[in-house]
Amino acid sequence: MFKMTRNIVRNFVTKRATRPYPCKVRTPFERTRGAIHNDIEQCTFCGVCAVKCPSQCITVDRQRLIWTCDPFACVYCGICEGVCPEKCLKQKEESPVSTGERRKIVFRGKEENRRKPGNEPA
Amino acid sequence: MIDQVISVSNETVVDETAKMKFEGYRFVTMSCFMLDETTVQLLYHFDKNLELRHLRFSVTLETLIPSISRVYSSAFLVENEIQDLFGVHFQGITVDYERTLYLDEEVKAPPFCGFTARKSAKGQHFNGKPSEG
Amino acid sequence: MAQTVIPFGPQHPVLPEPIHLKLSVEDEMITEAVPALGFVHRGLEKLIDFRDFHQMVQVVERICGICSVMHGMCYAQGIEETMRIEVPGRARFLRVIWAELHRMQSHLLWLGLFADSFGFESLFMEIWKIREKILDINEATAGNRIIVSVNVIGGVRRDLTQQQMGWILSELTGIERHMKRLETTLMDDYTIRKRIVGKGVLAQSQARDLGVVGPTLRASSVAQDVRQLGYAAYKELDFEPVIEKDGDCFARSRVRFREIFQSIDLVRQAVSKIPDGPLATKVKGRPDGETVCRVEQPRGEVFYYIKASGQKRLERLRIRTPTFANLPALIAMLPGMWLSDVPVVVLSIDPCISCTER
Repeated sequence: MFKMTRNIVRNFVTKRATRPYPCKVRTPFERTRGAIHNDIEQCTFCGVCAVKCPSQCITVDRQRLIWTCDPFACVYCGICEGVCPEKCLKQKEESPVSTGERRKIVFRGKEENRRKPGNEPA
Repeated sequence: MIDQVISVSNETVVDETAKMKFEGYRFVTMSCFMLDETTVQLLYHFDKNLELRHLRFSVTLETLIPSISRVYSSAFLVENEIQDLFGVHFQGITVDYERTLYLDEEVKAPPFCGFTARKSAKGQHFNGKPSEG
Repeated sequence: MAQTVIPFGPQHPVLPEPIHLKLSVEDEMITEAVPALGFVHRGLEKLIDFRDFHQMVQVVERICGICSVMHGMCYAQGIEETMRIEVPGRARFLRVIWAELHRMQSHLLWLGLFADSFGFESLFMEIWKIREKILDINEATAGNRIIVSVNVIGGVRRDLTQQQMGWILSELTGIERHMKRLETTLMDDYTIRKRIVGKGVLAQSQARDLGVVGPTLRASSVAQDVRQLGYAAYKELDFEPVIEKDGDCFARSRVRFREIFQSIDLVRQAVSKIPDGPLATKVKGRPDGETVCRVEQPRGEVFYYIKASGQKRLERLRIRTPTFANLPALIAMLPGMWLSDVPVVVLSIDPCISCTER
């Protein structure tokens, strides 16, 4: 009947399985899918990320050069990172930081980077 | 691709289902989709030793479809679901939820009805939302 | 003896997801049970009207967290069959590795919840401690703990290096050792056996008639496992369906426990046989036609019916998940049980209600 007692005694004498969070925080593994970040200096506003996004959380305004992402609609799947032709859209390893209000991520781009007509990505 | 599809009609579906039961087939599920605004097509799927067989027939939305829950008792759940989502009527289900399995009582229009498959949208904006019309 | 109607759920400490059962009891013994669903119905099948067939992979993976990889795999396989796309060998083996890791994670979750259902919380915590190792493997290789999202149409998105595969195998050895330590507790403990042996018996003929699938069917000594169809890389791997004879809750927990060891063995075989090659085939064109695709999820056979007509968006996607097939069996098992056995019997079919209602 006391088959579990051995496990309990072992748990008392071995190292604990839990981490004393928040004093000790685990570093995320490599290539974990975390928060979205766009390196707006390289972005050419082609709009492929907005078309391919499964949750339709990215909006690309080509006229005013504004790139917006709603981090609360995003499901952090990483498809946008895979299809970006300039490789400027990346997923960081850290999870998005908790906020108290629902705000979108907005980046404003430079005129000289805008993709020229006739130079559409595949 | 699907093979082994037998075409039946509204009148013969219960007999064909009973034949399947007699031959030892397990009931897998039923699928339903809209052919146009007033017709639905129903597919019944059966399995024996990992080989599938299907029964197919089309009805209009107002037709009373005989229930197979007296042959396969586990069919009552999926028949209720199709009743909820498509607005068809099954006659004689052993446990009939009368359109309240998934939907609340206030919901009058069945969700999958009234929406046919979208044709490829023209003039998409960059946020991916299709243009109206 | 007066009849009382007791509502079980949708909020109950033992249920992982909301389901409502109206139990008619006579002096503590159940006479009838009527289910009520619809608490987590999200209408995900309707999203095919708004998302194209590539984006639906991500939608389908999020129907359920604990069966996520198999949903994506089954959908991708269905579209690949319609479009006649050949998936590379390496991708097929990688799909098997992640699927079996996911199956282990699901069975360990269930074993922990099952222990919690009869009040054995320390065993619950011990089993979830083992499960954490698999979630760490998922995060290190695929990027996320539960919704790993590796399947795309045509193959997989991420690769495993030799070093990662060696690490996975060493972690699995540790998991196997840890599970063997718990085997005597789970299978032999007097108090646990008193709670689960002889409860919720499903005879073989009854299981076949009700259309039951998965471990619930295999615990009633029917040797049927959809992996025998040989999809992905399963035709190149060697395994037998795990069956038990008694058909009660104890038999079901034994089947799932033994399937964890079977999954460890399948991952080892896949790692030793995996070929080199590309990860995915480029997809050109649009699907046209109708297909049926089936895959073995941790809870049983999931059935996908896909109808496409040459456009970017599908015409119909019909998903029948294993818990949908096992619910009528639950209704048949409950009459004759004591009221205190209801949590144990309800959990023994491994209910995943968010899958059921999509």
